[in-house]
Amino acid sequence: MIRDITIGQYYPAKSVLHRLDPRVKLVSTLLYLVSLFLFRSIAGYLTATLFLIGIIRVSKVPVGYIVKGLKPVVMLLMITVVFNLFLKKEGEVLVQVWRLSVTTVGLRNAVYMAVRLIYLIIGSSLMTFTTTPNELTDGIEALLSPLNKIRVPVHEVAMMMSIALRFIPILLEETDKIMKAQQARGADFESGNIMQRAKAMIPILVPLFVSAFRRANDLAMAMEARCYRGGEGRTKMKPLRYKGRDLTAYGIMSAYVIAVVAIGRYVPLKVWIF
Amino acid sequence: MSIRLEHLNYIYSPKTAYEKHALKDICLEIPDGEFVGIIGHTGSGKSTLIQHFNGLIKATDGKLFYNEENIYEPGYNMKNLRNEVGLVFQYPEHQLFEIDVMTDVCFGPKNQGLSTEECKERALIALELVGLKEKYYHSSPFELSGGQKRRAAIAGVLAMRPKVLVLDEPTAGLDPKGRDDILDQVAYLHKQTGMTVILVSHSMEDIARYADRIIVMNHGEVMYNDAPRAVFAHYRELEQAGLAAPQVTYIMHDLKERGLPVDISVTTVSEAADEIMKALGGKDLGNTAAENRALRNRTPEAGALSNKTLEKIR
Repeated sequence: MIRDITIGQYYPAKSVLHRLDPRVKLVSTLLYLVSLFLFRSIAGYLTATLFLIGIIRVSKVPVGYIVKGLKPVVMLLMITVVFNLFLKKEGEVLVQVWRLSVTTVGLRNAVYMAVRLIYLIIGSSLMTFTTTPNELTDGIEALLSPLNKIRVPVHEVAMMMSIALRFIPILLEETDKIMKAQQARGADFESGNIMQRAKAMIPILVPLFVSAFRRANDLAMAMEARCYRGGEGRTKMKPLRYKGRDLTAYGIMSAYVIAVVAIGRYVPLKVWIF
Repeated sequence: MSIRLEHLNYIYSPKTAYEKHALKDICLEIPDGEFVGIIGHTGSGKSTLIQHFNGLIKATDGKLFYNEENIYEPGYNMKNLRNEVGLVFQYPEHQLFEIDVMTDVCFGPKNQGLSTEECKERALIALELVGLKEKYYHSSPFELSGGQKRRAAIAGVLAMRPKVLVLDEPTAGLDPKGRDDILDQVAYLHKQTGMTVILVSHSMEDIARYADRIIVMNHGEVMYNDAPRAVFAHYRELEQAGLAAPQVTYIMHDLKERGLPVDISVTTVSEAADEIMKALGGKDLGNTAAENRALRNRTPEAGALSNKTLEKIR
């Protein structure tokens, strides 16, 4: 059910990755995502795959849990693959059905694109799996703090993000509860055509919005009651400080980026069309 | 006609860090027409258990029979089960969504496929039953007070005419008067229509006053399943499970320890008064017993139905 949406959620475990400074994880994730677009050869993909497998092993997040997080994006993946598969006209034709043809270039692009997208999602969800929302926003705030000089309200933005992230599981749980309550009253969300199904959402959406506003109101009140007034002069209970392992992590990440670019460029590995 | 659970197990998020064995090998039977109380501390599995009764949660393992039919058989009519087993969730007022109270209460009957008139009729009876004043029938459910919202939401389930009514802490967050009103009305309905009632509660006093049988849940297991008197006799063990017996039990135990020959198994205040009078004065003041009976059978202030209406819902 709705509880099964795992993308973007925190997964508690005891691993080095969980203990790393959030800034390291943010920067590394960004580097990894960029690195995926820096090569076009199978040797590069193999390197990126090995690195990702290594990180997953270190993170101690179960593989099944990560794969489950991919479910919501399957549709997007399919569309990308289908477009790449049929719309490329270059290269040797492999299969021809009516006016649609699959070419070698199309097939290669489709597979590469799918792999890239999957790695993108796994890479970024590994960050959210191993970083609590609080750490994440602390990290973002720290990384963006230079923008304070040009009057960007970094703390406020970070605060909004952390509230939004914090509310995801709460609202999911709430949705689950409301769905069950309406099902208990005989509501049916699964059958009917698209219009009927859209209409069946009303009994969920109305209470959900009401409760979201109620919660927002309560939170605002609670923050005011504790005299919350933004970032100016505010100290932290756990200020971010780099430790030895964080520097090691930066080192490993740089080594990976250099390796993947070099291997992608200079190792001439060729398997069939890839 | 009954609900029977055989070796029911339920595990939340199996094989992840959030894995939780919420129900462990539950075997229970709830016969027709009984008033059962389910009690347990927070996280003991009460709410998970009752969501199995109408098939909202599917057990990880085990069987659940409703009227001798296993509801996990392929092809079992879940919709019908949900029509017969009405479930009122905790804070049911959070499920209200329609533009007015009347339409909201009609939501359940409408999903049962009844005609508009029939829905209206059922809604009217249900609203009368929960004691919501007529002037509110056409106001927005969001304009009502907390207690009134609660009543409207309970009416939404009653309007479906369930044969089994499951209530998950229907009195949480209500004042003592609101609490008594709602429980009295449930008891009244139980008596008048013979409906099976399953009441989940934190309050030993409430359960002691209404339930024929108490099921005590502890860490996902059934700890006790017996008549109130028998369950409260284990008051020391109940304390260890994070619960407590009604205050009366403690008083009676103390009195007995100090030499007053009283029956320690009484569960309500008036019974206790009777016992103490007997022990002190030696004469039986039968009137406390009568008062006690009257208290148990009192007709709720609001929501007493005419015989004609009662005839209809039976």
